[in-house]
Amino acid sequence: MEHIRNFSIIAHIDHGKSTLADRLIQSSGIINERNFKNQILDTMDIERERGITIKSQAITIPYQARDGQNYKLNLIDTPGHVDFSYEVSRALASCEGVLLLVDAAQGVQAQTVANLYMAMEHDLEIIPVINKIDLPAANVEEVMEQIDSELGLDPYSSITCSAKEGIGIEDILEAIVEKIPPPKGIESDPLTALIFDAHYDDFRGTIVHCRIFDGSLKPGDIIRFMYNDTKYKIEEVGYFSLAREKKDSLRAGDVGYIIAGIKTVSDVHIGDTMTLDKNPCSQPLPGFKEVKPVVFASIYPISSDDYAELSDSLDKYKLNDASFTYQKDSSSALGQGFRCGFLGLLHLDIVQERIEREYGISILFSVPSVKYRFTLTDGQIIFIDNPTYYPGAAAIAKGEEPYIRATMMFPERYTGPVMKLCRDKRGENSILNYPSPGRAELVFEMPLAEVITDFYDRIKTITQGYGSFDYDFIDYRESELTLLDILVNGEKVDALSQIVHRNRARERGLFACERLREEIPRQMFKIAIQGAIGGQIISRTTISPFRKDVTAKCYGGDITRKRKLLEKQKKGKMKMKTVGSVAIPQSAFLAVLKSDANS
Amino acid sequence: MTGSKRQSVPGLYIHIPFCVSKCDYCNFYSVTDCSKIPIFIECLLNEIELYKNYFDRFDTVYLGGGTPSILNPKQLGIILDEVHKYFLILEDAEITCEVNPGDLSLNYLHSLHDMGINRLSIGVQSFDDDLLTFLGRRHSASEAMNALDNSRKAGFENIGFDLIYGIPGQNLKSWEKDLHQALSFESEHISCYELTLEGDTPLAFKYTNGDISLPDNEMLYKLFIETSEFLEDAGYIHYEVSNFARNINLQSRHNQKYWDHTSYLGIGPAAHSFLKNKRWWNHRSLDHYTGDVKERRPPIGGREGLTLKQLRDEALYLGLRTRKGIHLKDFLMRYNCDLLREKKEIIKRLTEDHLIEIHNGTLQPTVKGLALADSIYREL
Repeated sequence: MEHIRNFSIIAHIDHGKSTLADRLIQSSGIINERNFKNQILDTMDIERERGITIKSQAITIPYQARDGQNYKLNLIDTPGHVDFSYEVSRALASCEGVLLLVDAAQGVQAQTVANLYMAMEHDLEIIPVINKIDLPAANVEEVMEQIDSELGLDPYSSITCSAKEGIGIEDILEAIVEKIPPPKGIESDPLTALIFDAHYDDFRGTIVHCRIFDGSLKPGDIIRFMYNDTKYKIEEVGYFSLAREKKDSLRAGDVGYIIAGIKTVSDVHIGDTMTLDKNPCSQPLPGFKEVKPVVFASIYPISSDDYAELSDSLDKYKLNDASFTYQKDSSSALGQGFRCGFLGLLHLDIVQERIEREYGISILFSVPSVKYRFTLTDGQIIFIDNPTYYPGAAAIAKGEEPYIRATMMFPERYTGPVMKLCRDKRGENSILNYPSPGRAELVFEMPLAEVITDFYDRIKTITQGYGSFDYDFIDYRESELTLLDILVNGEKVDALSQIVHRNRARERGLFACERLREEIPRQMFKIAIQGAIGGQIISRTTISPFRKDVTAKCYGGDITRKRKLLEKQKKGKMKMKTVGSVAIPQSAFLAVLKSDANS
Repeated sequence: MTGSKRQSVPGLYIHIPFCVSKCDYCNFYSVTDCSKIPIFIECLLNEIELYKNYFDRFDTVYLGGGTPSILNPKQLGIILDEVHKYFLILEDAEITCEVNPGDLSLNYLHSLHDMGINRLSIGVQSFDDDLLTFLGRRHSASEAMNALDNSRKAGFENIGFDLIYGIPGQNLKSWEKDLHQALSFESEHISCYELTLEGDTPLAFKYTNGDISLPDNEMLYKLFIETSEFLEDAGYIHYEVSNFARNINLQSRHNQKYWDHTSYLGIGPAAHSFLKNKRWWNHRSLDHYTGDVKERRPPIGGREGLTLKQLRDEALYLGLRTRKGIHLKDFLMRYNCDLLREKKEIIKRLTEDHLIEIHNGTLQPTVKGLALADSIYREL
């Protein structure tokens, strides 16, 4: 155990976490230059493209230190987006130390701080690492000051590096060995193991990623998941090398995997404690929380023929994503679909991209919603995440919506615009701090519903990329809620219905109408688009018809050509959803869904 | 008039793929190397013979192009003689020749008339020299007017000519001027085409390059309606999207066959043929065409068999382009589709919007409806 180090890298998005991980792995020589694929830990295309790690990954890096001893460095990678902060916390709980990575040009950002707090909560050894020192805009001194003043860490303990250029990698590896304590644990005690992730393998079923705190386990053992009290017989255990590396056993201090005939990742709960059935530990590890979706939206296949295939691909997708939920749903405008739950809007984006890319199905999303709480006049309390089930104004005694505490960090000069954005988003009880000269930290309490559309993008835009954002859930607060419907030629497009704050209804309605007007192509009939609350029209717009659409010539040779063209157009039209005899392109739904009333 | 007996007689189309120069907007198949005319004619005669066992009679013959009037009377005569040699051309057949105004001397016109051509389709396009230059035409406005006068003098009693509208630089007023001029010839037939950008033409290239801009949709609609009202006021029948005739008997009988699924045989490069539910077309290459014919092979470049559904779609699409419209019972019999029942809602809506009318069991587009024929088809 003396020769094991369990660590993680935490950083603000784009501060170079994946690149540093690649360098550390590369330095161990377990991979040669030829088959080296940049950013090894980000295995999904989307992760590589977006630069965001979605799933936690782990790898064991063998390292011979300057003291001549051989060490096993277990790197546990963490997801890098606010939607996935619980996964981050479980990964950190599996470590004894972290590398806190800060971009030498951008300095400390909101997520740097949020991650630091999380690492401190877990009592981890923290090694500050200043990355990207090769950049022309790098300002190491200023970053060191921030490390001192904003993070309260010893700036002289920080290591400077350029992961991209391979500078300072050796120093980092040495610091991991020297500063991060080896795991403590008693191998003879009953098994206590933390599940920090799980993924699905087509051949072996669910692969559970775990950290062994006490005890040991080996193939043949019967293990028990303490949260849902299920038992499995272990088939295989091992370490994460570049591929899975089978071992005889996992012991206290180890990070590795188990395979135990577990069918889906949903059978495994991240953060759950695993123990031996015949000699269980007395209590589970702390910090377990059941991850629950906070953003809900319905998915419909653009072509109703794809419904079965969509159902299939959601089944498959779900195998690998326990935090994603779905159930059947149907819309009078869009047909059969699924109501899905997501951890956040990024999570929703990822699901959309994976479904479209990996399974080749074009899909439409309804307007995302949070989960509202209504107290009905008969005293019953219900939760509603789907506008379809909105109880109706007369039946509601009280409406409540979830509130979050949003923390934003940005250069001081953007304070005005960010404040304004937060107030526009119904933010309240603000706290403004200046953690260091020139930098502002703004905390607001605001409705979750206001941030699920494009809040994060807006912050980014307003602060020209320097701003960062993190949030946590506070509570439900009373709110004047109402249901906004969108009608096309008098027919309700139920996928565009949304539960909104009364004061928001008009602008939301106007906005939706405008966006639809821009996106729906002119047709030969006049198209009326309206926003309505409980039958009362609050906004309207029309698309004037075009009046000429006919091919000038159509003689012998033109007929085949024209028929083929028209057949193609008809097919294109079939890919659009028709509401009130108006074909609405996917882009129109997206336009309403994506952006906010203030943009 | 156009009883079922006449409809069942096929038409013959002969494509003459030569032009002195190519017009900037045109994408019909033609070549400018006139040295190939003799070998082309030789092959054309052979191709005519190839079909002697498949067709026996025609009641329309249409010489199109390209520029048929690039051929001298002798050459045209040889072609028509060959047609008469293998097929029965009915006594009252409509025999049309497309001609270029610049080619029409009185002598030449007399020769055409003498060889039995009884209908002319003159490519006037515009009575404005600037616009003619823009279109890349090689004739002038005064040549066009002379050609029209000479045609009458030569004895033609069925004269039609083409005009184009929606040309950059043209406005409602200058178009009206063209229409006024058009009336003065008292021709039997006038075609007014909206300028259409076809792929791979110099004009399309200029447009994508941003060198020219075209009238917007609303303007095109106004031009269309103006044309229709103007010519109908003057006594013409707006019988198809782009076609006007003095009376019902002067509507192009040959073109009508394209629009109501009557059979037709097309010979010459790129010509299309249609028989029952089959369509085929010749190579869109003169060399390829002559190569095949010299080897006694039909110079066919492609063919397709149409399903009932495809025939139905075509009939609907083509029918909506004509004022005569779609005879609903006939449509049900031929294509097994009861439009009134299957498309009840949309027909109701189109009727309310005055885009179509139902008269004596026929679904007919209004003039407004003709302007939207493609859209209406997509709805039905």
